[in-house]
Formats: sequence, structure tokens, C-alpha cells
Amino acid sequence: MSDVEARPTATKVVEIDSHAINFGPQHPAAHGVLRLILEMDGEVVERADPHIGLLHRGTEKLIEYRTYMQVVPYFDRLDYVSPMCEEHAFALAVEKLLDIQAPERAQWIRVLFAEITRVLNHLLNVTTYALDVGAITPSLWGFEEREKLMEFHEAASGARLHANYFRPGGVSRDLPAGLEERIGEWAVVFPKFIDDLEELLTANRIWKQRTVDIGVMDAEQALAWGFSGPCLRASGVPWDLRRSQPYDKYAEVEFQVPVGRNGDCYDRYLVRLAEMRESVKIIRQCLGRMRPGPVKVQDHKFTPPHRSEMKRSMEALIHHFKLFTEGYHVPPGATYTVVETPKGEFGVYLVADGTNRPYRCKIRPTGFAFLQAIDVMAKRHMLADAVAIIGSLDIVFGEIDR
Amino acid sequence: MAEIAEIVSALPGVRNVRLEKGEVVAEAERDSLLPLMLMLRDDPRFAFEQVMDICGVDWPERSERFDVVYNLLSVSLNQRLRVVVTTDESTPVPSVYTVWPVATWWEREAWDLFGIVFSGQPDLRRILTDYGFEGHPMRKDFPLTGYVEVRYDEDRKAVVYEPVRMTQDWRHFDFLSPWEAITTLPGDEKVHSARSAEVPPQSEPKP
Repeated sequence: MSDVEARPTATKVVEIDSHAINFGPQHPAAHGVLRLILEMDGEVVERADPHIGLLHRGTEKLIEYRTYMQVVPYFDRLDYVSPMCEEHAFALAVEKLLDIQAPERAQWIRVLFAEITRVLNHLLNVTTYALDVGAITPSLWGFEEREKLMEFHEAASGARLHANYFRPGGVSRDLPAGLEERIGEWAVVFPKFIDDLEELLTANRIWKQRTVDIGVMDAEQALAWGFSGPCLRASGVPWDLRRSQPYDKYAEVEFQVPVGRNGDCYDRYLVRLAEMRESVKIIRQCLGRMRPGPVKVQDHKFTPPHRSEMKRSMEALIHHFKLFTEGYHVPPGATYTVVETPKGEFGVYLVADGTNRPYRCKIRPTGFAFLQAIDVMAKRHMLADAVAIIGSLDIVFGEIDR
Repeated sequence: MAEIAEIVSALPGVRNVRLEKGEVVAEAERDSLLPLMLMLRDDPRFAFEQVMDICGVDWPERSERFDVVYNLLSVSLNQRLRVVVTTDESTPVPSVYTVWPVATWWEREAWDLFGIVFSGQPDLRRILTDYGFEGHPMRKDFPLTGYVEVRYDEDRKAVVYEPVRMTQDWRHFDFLSPWEAITTLPGDEKVHSARSAEVPPQSEPKP
């Protein structure tokens, strides 16, 4: 070993070019099919360029060829984590153009299930977000809770995920006997689960190291980049459509709007947790104030008649046949109707031309605006922080790519 | 809502303002869009901090076939406004990405799906469709099935593009009832001409 050449002792200067890496389209932390081109300087992100559209199914084009009733299932498949809230937007838009209003009980059921959906969505987001950052236990626990909620979905609509439950003019059918009690029992024990979840994460040192001061958006930036929902509230803007532009029965329920202060990934997580607690409060109020009654508009030009009625009444049979073949005609007009989905403002710009099909149905996806801002948020952050940012934004490609 | 409609209608570049289902809709001049949008954002009477959505609507029978629809939201004053400008395939619409940075992707989407050109937009790439896609799928003259289909070719070990083959006939049901379109039965023309003299003719349903 003695005859080894003496190496020059001067420090070697290595120049690392800014290079691009391809994050996705198949990456477990991409939450779907996101292709993110990251221009890196060493391990620091210089520029993030999301390429989307890998899940584009042409939903808006397809909608133009469907009757209004056939459109509803397409909305389930947009944001498949919170299907009923998406249906809600479309149902409200069509009701606005038709100038009809869902009966009291239908409105309560819609608020009830919109909040159940919110809990479903936040459970999935918070737990998989923790999974991205390295914690496995929350997702194992959270998915069990989600299963209980999906059973409520199934009991009401017959499907666990793609419910097709909220229809223009009400909901497709009344709640089965005993479901309200089951939901009530769940609402008593669920806050305990949030406490457990919070115990795992909120004060967790690793969790805080990965999320605090990561991806900060101040209020002004968040507004300029079109943020809404929990991400906007985490930046300190107290804005909730359920409160400021209430629809259905939201004006009559009491709840708090949690607002963050720093607009970082940690605050977005905290806002979502607090929102779950508020959702449970709303669910309890809905259960307490729901009264028996019709669950859809009683005008059978818009909603199908009862099955047993069809066996006896000629008129009911004709109504049923006309509804499920031709559908109803919506008078000409346009509306931009929004709801507060778990992710934020979800809008439907619906243009009707008097026929039985929408002339144009533009869907305003919530995550579209969030994803665009990744470039701003991830700049000068480490690569691993980009993952935390994507997780904190609650992105679902079903709605972004449409 | 009514008062904001009144103030907006007095702004330069606004053609007319109407209330539609309780929503304020302003039709604007394409050329003066940028100063108008700046004013709508910065003037404390409007304070539209956010553009929630920009989208196109295609009306092929018009000379300027596209509507570009801007849905604005003011978080501080809790109000909404819809601004509509018209354009055709070649005339560019001024980009508003300097007013609201979020507009970039909405404009890319409108370009991709409708072929609406935005002037001053530095990043007018396609966004939702495939790499190398041709055409603008949301136009009314673009067929629902598209022109090409893709499959994985086992021999060539690659994804190949081929013209769409329809294995089943394209089924399009026309549900417009003839009873709503035909107002005069054959042999009944005389009665109808007497009747239409009294009542203004109804608008014909679209085919």
C-alpha cells in the first residue's frame, strides 16, 4: 500500500448543473397521475412545472351529449374522494335554472351527507398526507373510520363511492329506517377518534419538522392564486361559502369557521382537523332538525314518481318513461353555482339552451388553482418538501383533469 | 346585487349589464378588457381579489363564435361578477395573468379546449389534452369520439395512434318531440295562417 500515488490535497470543486427530474406520473406521493417536472439545483427545487391531463376523460364534452339526469354520475367521478359535494353543485345549478327548490327534508339530507363527505375527504387527506411524510399509523386508523362512513353512503344510496344520490330536485330516495340513529351513534364517538389522530400528529416532532414553515402562502398570495377552502383559510382569510353565501340549510346550522395564521402545510392540516370537528357538529344538528317529509320535488316533470304509483297510474308511467328517455327541458339561461366542497370552491358554469341537454357545462375544479401555485410554494424548498406541499394541498386528479 | 350592476354599467368598456338568475353579468369590450379588470380588482367599490374561473363557450353560428367568461369573486365584499367578452378563432383576447396570476392555467385551458388565443400570455401551452394533440376538443364541430385512438402495440412495443374505428354505430337519440316542432298539421294550413296572424309566432326549437 506504500506505493500509492499521493493525491492532490486541494478541495475538488464539483459543479452541479441545475437538472430536471421527472416526479411521477406514477408516484405514490403524487396523489394520482401528476407529472411534475422539477428543475433542481442540487436537492433544492428551482422550478416546478406540473404536467396535468393524464386523467383527462373529456367529462365536459360528454356532458353536452347527456340529458341532465344522466349527467349526475359524471360528477361523482370528478373528485372521487368527495362525490356527494360535487353532485351538490350540479343539483343546485340545475335547480336554479329550473327555478325549483328541493323540499325541506331533502335539503337537510343534503347538508347531512355533504358534511359526512367532508369528514370522509379530510380523513383521507390528512392520513395519506401523513403517509407521504412518513407516518403510517394515521392512515391505518383513518381508513377504518372511512369504512364506517362509506357504509352510511351505501345505506343511503346503494354505492360506497359513486353515490349518484343528490339529484336536481332533491335526493334520489329517502334514508332507510335506522340510518339516522346509526349516524347519530357514530357522531357521538367520532370526536374521540379525532383526538386520537391529533395525538399522533399535532405535537409530533417529526411531523412538525416536516410541515411547519413549509410551502407558506400569505393571504395576499393565496387570493391572487385563486385559493379557496381550507387552503385559503389556513392563510388567514376567514372565507367559507357555507357561511358567506349559504345554500340549502347551511344558513340555519351553527358552526365555526376555523382560520389559520401562517398559511404553511401545518396550518392547512390543523384547519382540516378543526373542520372535521365542526362537521360533526353540523351532522348532529341536521339529525336533530330533520323531519319526515318528501325528499324530492313533487312535480313529476322533474323527478320520477314512486314505483308503486307507476303500477297503478297511467300518468305516472308516462312521466317515468319521459324522464328516463327524454329527460326534462331546461329553459335557456346560464348560472355559475358554487358550493364549498371539502377542498374549497367547486363551481359549475351551466349554460342551458332550452333542450334536454346542457349546452355547456364548465366545471371549476378546486385543485386546479392549487396545483398551479406549486411552482411558487415549492421554490427554494427541498425535494422532500415538495411532497409535503402536494399532500397538504389535497389534490385529486379526477377533478383537476376532468 | 342591483347596486353593483348599476356602478359596473357606468364603467368604460362595459357594453351592458344584466341580472341573470340573481347573478350580475357584464358584457365587455375585448380591447378594453385589461384596464377594466384592473379597475375591478383595485377599486375598493369592487375589490374582486380573485378570478375563480375563466372558460370559453362556443356558439358556432355567430360571427364571433366564442364567449370568454370570467367569474370574479370579492372575498372582502362578498360579491360576484361575471364578465363576458366575445372573440373568434384568430382574434386574441388580452391576457389577465398580470392581474391575477392564477389566470395562466385557465387561459391555457381555454386555448387547449377551444383554441382561444390570449395575447400577452407567455405560457400558452396545451394543458389537458395529450402531448402532440391536434384540434380543440370542446368546439361544437369537434366530434365526441375524436379523430384518433391509442392502443399499445405488442409487436412494436409502443403506444400507437390510429384513426378512430367505430365498432358500433354512433347512436344519437333526438328527443325533440315532433309535437312541439310541428304547430300546423298537414291540411290545416288555413287555420294556422289565421291563427298566426293573431298570435306572434313561437320561436322554433333548434334541431
